Amino acid sequence: MIVLSDFLILGAVIFCMGVAGILFKRKNIINVLMAIELMLLAVNTNFIAFSHYRGDPAGQIFVFFILVVAAAEAAIGLAIVVLLFRNRQTIEVADWTELKG
Amino acid sequence: MNFETVVFYVFAALAVIAASRVVTARNPVHAALFLVLAFCSMAGVWILLEAEFLAITLVLVYVGAVMVLFLFVVMMLDINLVQLREGFWRWLPFGAVLAGLMAFEMIWVLGSSKISGGKEVIKHAADYSNTKELGRLIYTDYVYPFEIAAVILLVAMVAAIALTSRRRKDAKSQVVPEQVAVRKADRLRVVKMSAEKHAQKSDSTAGVAQ
Repeated sequence: MIVLSDFLILGAVIFCMGVAGILFKRKNIINVLMAIELMLLAVNTNFIAFSHYRGDPAGQIFVFFILVVAAAEAAIGLAIVVLLFRNRQTIEVADWTELKG
Repeated sequence: MNFETVVFYVFAALAVIAASRVVTARNPVHAALFLVLAFCSMAGVWILLEAEFLAITLVLVYVGAVMVLFLFVVMMLDINLVQLREGFWRWLPFGAVLAGLMAFEMIWVLGSSKISGGKEVIKHAADYSNTKELGRLIYTDYVYPFEIAAVILLVAMVAAIALTSRRRKDAKSQVVPEQVAVRKADRLRVVKMSAEKHAQKSDSTAGVAQ
């Protein structure tokens, strides 16, 4: 029998892989965006697991909105990446230091 | 070990393997394709959780649109792969220890506690429609957030197009204020000329005379 904690552990493992991906591939901004997508996927899995085991579909509505916002984020993030690549000919995060952040 | 348990472990193992390849793959195209595999496996897990609508949305929207966008961008940009791999081994120990510790903590807490209490979930009847239930909720209780989500998508679309559209230097465009402000004298020139007896075919003012 699969219990709630099995799904939560799966979500936790994938979330930690997303965190590790941001640290491993911090030079390539496209890989950083992919790691963020992985973390969002893990969070969505947690929402759906709780929704299922509590018998409340409201959690799935939240996943729906997270999907919307994540799609918007990916579109704008990739547009910014394309724009920066066009101006600087690189997608290395360390090379973008105009803002001195 | 019933069928559902087998399905869960197969999809979970596939998702974890794909996710680990996403963060370690050398080529960004391979990473994107492994991310597609991770999404598809998680869609299987979501179907096991009776979230059919969201599982299909994940495949259609994420695999079908967002990941294709990622692949487009990865292939469009001319990336120097060797240069981008430089920091990988330097950050590997730190990242692995950090992620391992986080995973260990969460698995320890979630695995030992009795969050679910081991209670069996009441499965919905065969005629229960997850899509219908979500639609009912979205259009009643969550109608304002739903409209805000639509506006967010519109803003994202406009922003993405406005950021990346490149204006051609020799492009011709309409200047509406100048068009509206134009006067008759700017465009029309009345030519006074004497009438001729025989209209000539080659004359540019043919039709005026005669």
